Amino acid sequence: MASMASKDPPWIMRTYSGHSTPAASNALYRANLARGQTGLSVAFDLPTQTGYDADHPLSRGEVGRTGVPIGHLADLEALFEGIDLARMNTSMTINATAAWLLSLYIAAAEKRGVDPRALRGTTQNDIVKEYLSRGTYVFPPGPSLRLTVDTILYTVEHVPDWNPINISSYHLQEAGATPEQEIAYSLTTAIAVLDLLRERGIEGERLAKVFGRLSFFVNAGIRFVEETCKLRAFSALWDRLGKERYAVTEPKLRRFRYGVQVNSLGLTEAQPENNLVRIALEMLGVTLSKNARARAIQLPAWNEALGLPRPWDQQLSLRTQQILALESDLLEYGDLFDGSPVVAARTREIEEAAWAEVQLVLERGGAVAGVESGYIKQQLVAANAARLAAIESGQQPVVGVNCHTESAPSPLTAGGGADAILQVDPAAEAEQIERLVAWRAARDASAVARALDTLREAASSGVSLMPASIDAARASVTTGEWGGVLREVFGEYRAPTGVGGARTPELGESLTVLRTRVAEVAKRIGRRPKLLVGKPGLDGHSNGAEQIALRARDAGFEVVYEGIRVTPREIARAAADESVHVVGLSILSGAHLELTREVLAELRARGVQVPVVLGGIIPEADRPLLTAAGVRAVYTPKDFRVGQILNELLDIVDEVGA
Amino acid sequence: MVEDRRPEAEGPAALLLRALNKSGRSAACQRIGVTGPPGVGKSSLVSALIRRFRASDKSVGVLAVDPSSPRSGGALLGDRARIELDPDDTEVFVRSMASGGQLGGLARAAGAAVEVLSSTFDVVLIETVGVGQSETDVEHVADSVLLVVQPASGDVLQFIKAGILEIPDLLAVNKADLGAVAERARAELESALRVSATVDGRVPPRVILTSATTGAGVDELLSALNEHSAELRASGTLSARRHDKSVAWAVRLFVEQYGERGVEVAGGRPALRASLGKALAGGATLLEAVSAAAAPTD
Repeated sequence: MASMASKDPPWIMRTYSGHSTPAASNALYRANLARGQTGLSVAFDLPTQTGYDADHPLSRGEVGRTGVPIGHLADLEALFEGIDLARMNTSMTINATAAWLLSLYIAAAEKRGVDPRALRGTTQNDIVKEYLSRGTYVFPPGPSLRLTVDTILYTVEHVPDWNPINISSYHLQEAGATPEQEIAYSLTTAIAVLDLLRERGIEGERLAKVFGRLSFFVNAGIRFVEETCKLRAFSALWDRLGKERYAVTEPKLRRFRYGVQVNSLGLTEAQPENNLVRIALEMLGVTLSKNARARAIQLPAWNEALGLPRPWDQQLSLRTQQILALESDLLEYGDLFDGSPVVAARTREIEEAAWAEVQLVLERGGAVAGVESGYIKQQLVAANAARLAAIESGQQPVVGVNCHTESAPSPLTAGGGADAILQVDPAAEAEQIERLVAWRAARDASAVARALDTLREAASSGVSLMPASIDAARASVTTGEWGGVLREVFGEYRAPTGVGGARTPELGESLTVLRTRVAEVAKRIGRRPKLLVGKPGLDGHSNGAEQIALRARDAGFEVVYEGIRVTPREIARAAADESVHVVGLSILSGAHLELTREVLAELRARGVQVPVVLGGIIPEADRPLLTAAGVRAVYTPKDFRVGQILNELLDIVDEVGA
Repeated sequence: MVEDRRPEAEGPAALLLRALNKSGRSAACQRIGVTGPPGVGKSSLVSALIRRFRASDKSVGVLAVDPSSPRSGGALLGDRARIELDPDDTEVFVRSMASGGQLGGLARAAGAAVEVLSSTFDVVLIETVGVGQSETDVEHVADSVLLVVQPASGDVLQFIKAGILEIPDLLAVNKADLGAVAERARAELESALRVSATVDGRVPPRVILTSATTGAGVDELLSALNEHSAELRASGTLSARRHDKSVAWAVRLFVEQYGERGVEVAGGRPALRASLGKALAGGATLLEAVSAAAAPTD
């Protein structure tokens, strides 16, 4: 037996969490830390992620939903109350507004007398993947990358132990990326950032130092052998990139450092307890190989496909990590896979394919050009369509979903499942707004105005935005004010949806049958069935909406799809102008009750009588409420057969059109 | 109603179009066609134009035409997304439409829709994607055709090959914020246009540098469009031009439907043009004129 003395220290254990209010989230964090969690991973709500205050019209229904709302310095202080900032390792999943949240964190540390040099943690700060998959971008790519670079340069200088960017392949896999695509598009994002730094005159040892601070955020899927190989390939390519493109000579600075959230895309709503096993397998992929082991891990909860996990569910995820690290013998050995011909061969394959795709993107102008032209997004939409088609056809088995579906009632979700998830208190939004209004009233208005002027000047002149942002944080500026000034200077952006260029893989007969049916209905109603796919609110997770739009088009529908962040009023307006036959809404942030009711009211106000269906992570308990409000059908992750959804939409169109 | 392809809908649609024709309201309408390859920023430019027309209190109707898939007949109508609209402004109307698999890129329904919109709005913008040879039908329904081009896209050569440069009345090199590349694209275009204009003795159309993001050049573009429209009106050629364009389009549709053999039966091209022209001048709709020409009664 290997000696206990040589045992590796475990990775940092976190749970991605935050909801309702800073105080409620603080209580959750302290409980998690008391249970043995060794780091924090902050989930922010969508208004915070997109730079709006809680009382902005676009924030309605979204405050405290997908994470904690942080509107100003006092919110951040409340979030970390009783937590020693000098000793905590804090990861913040924040991108468009990363510079702002880091500024608040630094300002809060200063107020407590903690030297910013002591701060440790990570800001995700990867804007490219926001354009590709998660949707919480604000500004056009140019200014966004400038914010990223400003943050990196500031921390390297002033907060040296901070990971200023955590390039995320996680969300690429959620959007359907293959292992090769995951690596390729993350590396091209890193290249975009590093090249920009070089353009700014950062070279030689300074560039090497920055290179050493870049880290990654990776997804781990269920195919855990392949995932292990993926991470080994990733490490090798990162090392190669450092050596070849940026002349980083110190091997330590070329080390591939990454944190992991294991895949929640593959978690199922049907038989959700099966997810416990999936999560454990996914964790193995990023821990088994010592040479490519994660630095930090966060596991989703077994019930994430149902809604927001409760503290108990998060505890179970933490315990899963602790059992592997503490009870098993994993950390006592060297790399288990060195010398394995199977692993070496698969790793090599992934490496080569990923490197080829990197070259292809670079030839096409790099990651930013790949976003603007829609090329990368198209590749992802197509890969996701292939994945879904494989599940639909049964080619890719998913236990409890497309095979072995017979099921005894689950004691975990007894009672309709309403108690199996955490419900956000609807009063939280009002409470947050109340605090915000009080905050605005109590501060020194002229200091705020001065700070915003300085920020505006910095934005227009091109100097680093970090000092002005930290000053703004100290001067009690709010998240919405910071975002507002930068929107003024930089403008807003809408990324390509990628649906236009992608195509549904041929599904054999089912697509042909559907096409024939569409043609029949079209004949009967005089024109092709027209479907409006709408994503109201701030939720940017558009993968589902894209897949519906893609398949509907390929089945012969005319599809109006406007991308993310469309207001209920705009949706109603489009439905009216375009004379659509059916409106499909997609909402995954939990704000579906408020937003759907608003869309229905806007339609009524315009006298538009069009059937509305809804898709998203919708708890069973909300279904009758939605039906009562006038929603024709509700689709959840359980409804994975896109073809069947379209068939039902055709029934509705046929009935209304006749 | 004009989108309805059921046989029983043809009658009422024709009735509507004839009534609109008679009302003569569309004569005052300024019809602008905007075309260009995908991704050059047509929609953002259309957005910028809408804002300016609205600022001068003109009502605007937009028809955004997207190609439909030849495999499924389905279409993704995504252009609306890129047009920024005030959802409460009732003086702006945006309708997306699929090209419906027509060879000409513009569905027959689109022609009728332009007629309807022309009778309702001060300005009608027709946006079409692509400038392949078969996708230039926008010239048949617009008084002024604007071709939008992207710098450094290598499109210029393609345009020359495809004869596209004979179609526009104006060109915009969008994304002028790219600087020198945009200037170079303009120079290339201007020389290509001079060549193609000398061949058929026209005045070469203007090339304007625009940036939909910064707004640069948009005012210049707007006044050029307005000037072109004013010229057509002042010279009294507008209605003749619209008539000629309709005839040309009717010929296209006729050929598409009945083929060269049909043209022969109708007595050859000049005769076909004459009979289509007569029918259209008499108030017939495009489709009526085409089917009347196919079955001559005299």
